Amino acid sequence: MRALVIDDSRATRAILSRILQQVGFATFDVADGQLALTWLADNGPVDLALVDWNMPILDGLSFIKIVRANPAYADMRLLMVTTESDIERMIMALEAGADEYAMKPFTASVIREKVDILGIKLPDTPVAGGVV
Amino acid sequence: MTATEAQRGDLTPTDLVYLRELIRERSAIVIDESKGYLLESRLAPVARRNGHNSLTELVARLRLDHTGPLHDLVVDAMTTNETSFFRDIHPWTVLEQTWLPELIQKRSAQRTLTFWNAACSSGQEPYSLAMLLRDRFPQIVDTWNVRIIATDLSAEMLGRSAAGRYTQLEVNRGLPAPLLVKHFKRDGQYWQINDNLRGMVEFRALNLVGQWPFIPQVDVLFMRNVLIYFDLPTKQEILNKLRGVLRPDGYLMLGTAETTLNVDERFERVAVDRATAYRPR
Repeated sequence: MRALVIDDSRATRAILSRILQQVGFATFDVADGQLALTWLADNGPVDLALVDWNMPILDGLSFIKIVRANPAYADMRLLMVTTESDIERMIMALEAGADEYAMKPFTASVIREKVDILGIKLPDTPVAGGVV
Repeated sequence: MTATEAQRGDLTPTDLVYLRELIRERSAIVIDESKGYLLESRLAPVARRNGHNSLTELVARLRLDHTGPLHDLVVDAMTTNETSFFRDIHPWTVLEQTWLPELIQKRSAQRTLTFWNAACSSGQEPYSLAMLLRDRFPQIVDTWNVRIIATDLSAEMLGRSAAGRYTQLEVNRGLPAPLLVKHFKRDGQYWQINDNLRGMVEFRALNLVGQWPFIPQVDVLFMRNVLIYFDLPTKQEILNKLRGVLRPDGYLMLGTAETTLNVDERFERVAVDRATAYRPR
């Protein structure tokens, strides 16, 4: 299982990556939506993308819309992880195609439970991940 | 004195025994000696809020008055469990896809379904059930007699449950985002569950160890992550009483680390996918 963590905060990327690695994902991370699109074009779809909302160059909502318009990425599960906590924002993200939404600040349990909700079947043994 | 002893607020072994006995007497919950840290971490805020400078002072005050409200606060603090919406997810999926459809078919003549959340803590479990029923079985909710009874020992927890107000961290946990936007309203830094769901749940005080008030015959009984707190004779006593209210073809839902095996052999295990429930034999 591969996960792409997209967030402009290096610290947040590191924390999210570690949580995902602990449950068995190989993780990769990039700092904005445009870099994420380039990464996907080069490396192919991932099983799960964690997407921040507010990022430079290409924000998370625009990234989600572009991914959802591309049939090659139809199976990718998209979890928005953001400080945005208005219901209207949440609805916008879900309507744009986010599968789930977690508000910052989060704990490891929050992220693990969201992965469970998304129904991603993980291998029993954790897999070491790489960082881009 | 070691650093650890200093952090414990100089609770003496006698104080620890007193607190463990008090909690066992009032709730039947056994805090074994290795859980001393739990007493300290949960009771330090109670001591502070009630104007005591240390846990020793708190215990001295408790000893003066055997039935005061401070005793309730101590028992409350020690019996509050971690919980989340749709905790462990798998039992909820199987309940929705297998066990509830089966019960609905069996009850089609009576058109009655009764659920009991025993030890509902801050209410996430009964509200998860209310959401599941409202969203997946709306016709049943609207046309049958559907009751969700939620009980807890703690008055503070019952108050919190009935209010249906949750922090951002609480709604972040286990609750699918589409359900959050559908069933909650933002109220400042809190999230308020909608009244139509609040109205589906009846909250009552009940001590699992004491005399039970009248509980109607139950189709699905949630007692998740409760038995782990009790010693074996108390577990057996609770399971025995519970057989009196659970319908013969009803389901008992326990926590993932709990079982009736070697506790009460008059239950049989029913496993579907990654979920387990128990039924009377």
